[in-house]
Order: sequence, then C-alpha cells, then structure tokens
Amino acid sequence: MIYLDANATEPLRPEARDAAFKAMEQHGNPSSVHQAGRAARKILEEARERVALFAKADPADVIFCGGATEANALAIHALGSNRPILIGATEHEAIRAATPGFITIPVHADGGVDLEALEQLLIAYPNALVCLMAANNETGVLHNIEIVGKLCKGAGALLHVDAAQAIGRCNQDWLGLGAASFALSGHKFGGPPGAGALVTRPGLEIRALIKGGGQELGRRGGTQALPAIAGMAAALALPYPAETISAWRDEIEASCISQGAVVAGVGAPRLPNTTCVALPGIRAETQVIALDMVGICVSSGSACSSGKVSSSHVLSAMGFGKLAGQAIRISLPWNIQADAIREFQSAYAAMALRALRSSVQSA
Amino acid sequence: MKVVVAMSGGVDSSVVAGLMAREGHDVIGITLQLYDHGKATQRKGACCAGQDIHDAKRVADKLGIAHYVVDSEARFKQSVIAKFADAYAEGQTPVPCIACNQHLKFGDLLEMAKDLGADALATGHYVRRIEGLGGAELHKAVDESRDQSWFLFATTQEQLDFCRFPLGDYASKAQVRAVAAEMGLSVAEKRDSQDICFVPSGTYSEIVKALRPDALEEGEVVSEDGFVLGSHQGIARYTIGQAKRLPDKAAHLVVKSIEPGKNRIVVGPRGAQSRYIKLRDVNWLITLGEMRAEVKLRARDNLRSAFIRPDGQGAILELDEPAIAAPGQAAVFYDGSRILGGGFIA
Repeated sequence: MIYLDANATEPLRPEARDAAFKAMEQHGNPSSVHQAGRAARKILEEARERVALFAKADPADVIFCGGATEANALAIHALGSNRPILIGATEHEAIRAATPGFITIPVHADGGVDLEALEQLLIAYPNALVCLMAANNETGVLHNIEIVGKLCKGAGALLHVDAAQAIGRCNQDWLGLGAASFALSGHKFGGPPGAGALVTRPGLEIRALIKGGGQELGRRGGTQALPAIAGMAAALALPYPAETISAWRDEIEASCISQGAVVAGVGAPRLPNTTCVALPGIRAETQVIALDMVGICVSSGSACSSGKVSSSHVLSAMGFGKLAGQAIRISLPWNIQADAIREFQSAYAAMALRALRSSVQSA
Repeated sequence: MKVVVAMSGGVDSSVVAGLMAREGHDVIGITLQLYDHGKATQRKGACCAGQDIHDAKRVADKLGIAHYVVDSEARFKQSVIAKFADAYAEGQTPVPCIACNQHLKFGDLLEMAKDLGADALATGHYVRRIEGLGGAELHKAVDESRDQSWFLFATTQEQLDFCRFPLGDYASKAQVRAVAAEMGLSVAEKRDSQDICFVPSGTYSEIVKALRPDALEEGEVVSEDGFVLGSHQGIARYTIGQAKRLPDKAAHLVVKSIEPGKNRIVVGPRGAQSRYIKLRDVNWLITLGEMRAEVKLRARDNLRSAFIRPDGQGAILELDEPAIAAPGQAAVFYDGSRILGGGFIA
C-alpha cells in the first residue's frame, strides 16, 4: 500500500506513539486529587506547556479538546456569538457547519483569499469574526494570514485561524500575526487521533460548548484524552523534511501535467506536501477507485463519514466548474519514500492512458 | 474476472456480492448515493437510505471486498425525480425505476465499471441473462413472483452483454435469504425495499407538488362530449383507467384521457378500450421486425397477445383484445420467458 493521503491523517510519529503509550500506562484522572491524579496532571500540563511554547501563548490559553472540528466550533461559539461571521469561500466543513449564517469572503482563481474583498467586507462589518484557514485541506493553498491579521486589527475585527493542515508543515506565529485564536488537531501532524486544541491570545473569554465537570478551566468539560494529548504534544515540534517533500510533490505534479492534468492553486504559495490535480473527463471517484485498486491511497473532495465524495466546493469557489468533480488530492506523508513517488507516477499514467483510450472509443 | 457489484445495502445485492466473491472473482462493491436521506424523511426499507450505505459497507467488510460510495444525487435528481414530476404534469404515469436502471445503474455505473477496467457489472435484479447464439438474452426470473424483467426492458444489447444477474436463477427470495444467512451477512433478515425509494411517505404527490405545482392545481372533470361533471385536485393524481377520486357525477366512469394543456380530466364509461397502442423509445433485444408476441402493459399485469409493428424509433401495438394503456407506463414484449424488447406507451 502506498499512502498519499496525509491531509486526511498523517501516519503516527514514533515519538508521538511513545508519549501516548507512556500516558496510557498512567491510569490517573488529571482532575483527581491523589497521587495518581497528580501524575496524570503532570503529563497533561507538560503537554499544555509544549503547545503553549509552540504557539507563543500562555499555557492558560491552551484549551484541549477532541480535535480541530471541535476547536473551530468552540471558537465560533465563544467569539462569534455577537458578531457577524465572515468565512473564506474554501473553508472546511468544520467551519461552514458551525456558522449557519456566515458571509463568504471570495477567493481568487489560485485559491488565495481576495484581500480587497475582505477589506470591503470589513468596512461593512467592522466588528466581525473572520474565520480563515492557514492552509487549505484540498489544495494546500496558504492564505496570507499576516495581511489578513493586519486588516482585521485595523478594522477591530477578530480573526480565528483554522491551522489544522498547516501545523507541522508550515508553522507560523498565528497569534503574533494578529489571530485571536487558532485551532489544531493532533492527528494532522503525526499525533494520535482524538486530541486537538484551541489556542487563544490572553484575555479572551471562552464560554464552553460542553460544560460537564468544568475541566480546562471551565471552557471544555469532559475528562481529557491524556494519551492522545501527550502524543499530540510530542509530535508538535518535530523536524519536517519540507524541502524533500515539496521536491517530490513537484515531481508528481509535473508527471500529472504531462498526462493532461490541471493543478489547482499552482500559482499560489502552498503546503509542501499537497497537490490537487484534475484529469479532464474522468470523474474523481473513478480516479480514486482506480488508484485504490492498485494499492494507492488518495482522496477527492471532502469525504463524509459514509465515504460519499461530493464535488469539491473548494474548487468550485476557485472557478473550476466541471473540473471540480474530476480532481483528486495527493498529500504526501512525512515518511514518504522515493519508490512511492515512482509507483504513483506509473499508476497515474496508466489510468490516464486508459481514460484516453475509452474516450477515443466512445467518440 | 473483475466484477463491479451494484450494492444497495439490501439482502439481494449483498448476496450477489457474496456469490461473486465466492466464485473467486475480483469484486468491487459500489453503492450509488441517490439522494440525501437526511433531507428526505427517514424511512427504513426504502433503497439507498443512510442505513443502507452503512449496511453495504458492513457486508463488504464481512466479505473482504472493496466498497465505494458514489455521489449520484445530481444525476438522480435530473434523470429520475425531475422527469417523474414532469411526466405527471404531462398527464402521464411514469415508472421511475425504469429511468433509474436506464440512466444510473446501466448508464453511469456501467460506464464507471468499464472505466475501472471491470469485465462485468452484477446487480441484484431478479432476471436471467442467458448466453444465446446472437449474444446475451434477457429472460424472466425463475421465481415469477419476483420477476423484474418488465423494469429492465430498456437495457440495451451492449449493456446486457456486460451485465450479470445471478439471482434470476433462484427459486425464491427465501432461498436468497438463506444464502445470506449462510454467508453470515447481517442483512439476511433485512426487510425488502418497496415502492419508490425517493418517496418517503409513500405519497408521490408531495414531490410532484414541490417540482411541478401546476400538476396539482384544481381543474375540471369533463365527459367525452365536453360536459363539466365536477372538479379534480390536480392531474397528477390520476392515471388512465382510474375510477377513484372522481366527482360524484362521474362515479360510474373511469379516466379516459388527461389533457395537461387544459388541466382537464376526461372521463367515460368503462370498456370501449383501444386495440391500438402507440409506443415511443422502443428498445429491441432482437433483430427489429414485425412480429407476434405477448405484451405486458403494467408491472403487474397479464400477458396479452399482440402484433407489433416497428415505427421509426417507436412501434405500434395491435392487441388481440382491447386493453387500458396508461401513457408513461411500459409495454414489454415477451416470447415465453424471453424479453424481446419494449417501449413507453405514448
């Protein structure tokens, strides 16, 4: 099997596995007063400090939760309750579904946020909560958070950054760039699934979505998933071979283009590991199945839990039209090997050739 | 052989997947997501609901085969649901399952199977495919009470050549369920799907109302010589030959024709039926020509003897005995168990 779907979930980092195992053997509940509880709490708070150090935040402003979907929902619930909410046109469903009445900030054809449109929107809605992803899950396109942060600050708006795909691959000081908060998810950078965090700048009041037993200083009830949190913290600041990965990504892209594919967001700054390639005339589902049949895991659009793949709203927002339903996402994992690249290239070429033959036959 | 199995999540198609896997084929299960089950009222038992996708996945896991869900919502809406409502607005009585087989299962899914390099597409339909001298032949199921051949008349020769229908040889549904149980499939006792899958409450008028409100506007019920006998609540509620839902003055009469342009229902006495029926979009599974055959004018109808005369893309049926024929329904031609072709009643 060749796994090229890191944006769905990164393979577990050995360091994260070790930390998670260690935490799993510590059977105390961090909220308990006895020594077992204290030992568990020590692991939890050390993890919090590591996240805070990474985020240049105060540990008190790190709220652990179940993942980025929850962290995003918490941010919108807490920061957006009395504000109009502006979201990027290519945001993840985690943001879209959490904001019923959102106003869309358009993106350019390369997937980057339309800064002029945002400026105009901020004139109309100066007290908005702006939600923008650091990196897009389907195309890897990076938004210019630095400029967006300045625009929001100038207008008096709050900025929340969904950094789920960027962390580990393209880290930035989001709070320093003007974000009020950002969301992260452990399994997107090699931690175990089931843990994430919302990190905020100091002084923000975060009202809980789930009150429960008042954990996380009353901001997120429920016993913390200690092994997943410890694993996430251990995975957070590990070295990432960005240059090697982007070189391989470029090789993949070049060979797809030579087969007639179109790359989404090719002119924009992007994550090093992600490419989204449309092969005109072949349904995305057919491509994903054809590649899976030869042992290559890629994805398309945003798959829901049933596995149904919908045509990508991200590519539609970028003006891809019909091609939006003919694109697959290839996202290289941190531990990718060179032979995986070769195998993908030959499988993709075979698929494109078969498609060409069948279109010639039916013509 | 590499086989794509159309898996609905029901017992029939699950058994087909199991049979294909048991025969040693390389099986790929595909479930077409036809509509958003969350938006339609939750109704277990109708095909392609959310639970059905879950069931199909569990069956695929059990059988150890690959399984994929393909989003066909847009296509289903356009090729099946919209046309269903349009047909009612035109005074016809449509058969959406035929359109779904034509466009989704033996259209898009079959194309996808070919694109994936598969050698065949297998489905859980109760019909038989028999290899004949002139290519594959379509025959009624052994279990006539389950036979679905009427719904498959529009399958072209090329599609038929590529398809497999392993359940057509089974003597009964009980036997199919027994095979499912023997394979350890969780769906062995699952209830049969029924009626029209996208009509959640069993009343199609809601869907017609949403898409073609004009087909549910009140209008006149008139006699064949033009006298107004009362009113109707929308032409979509009527089909040719229907005696129900007519005004008191027409209580002893039946619907003779539906006039969408005038939004009128024309009623007349029972009997005086026609021997000549015009068909459109005829699909031939034999070499086209004039012939005598038996025809079936509704899904659950007796066979009737007729002479069939091809007429361009359509045909003219000359029945030995007059009968009621509702526009939009299918007339399917049989020679014994074999399906020779069929068309839509114009």
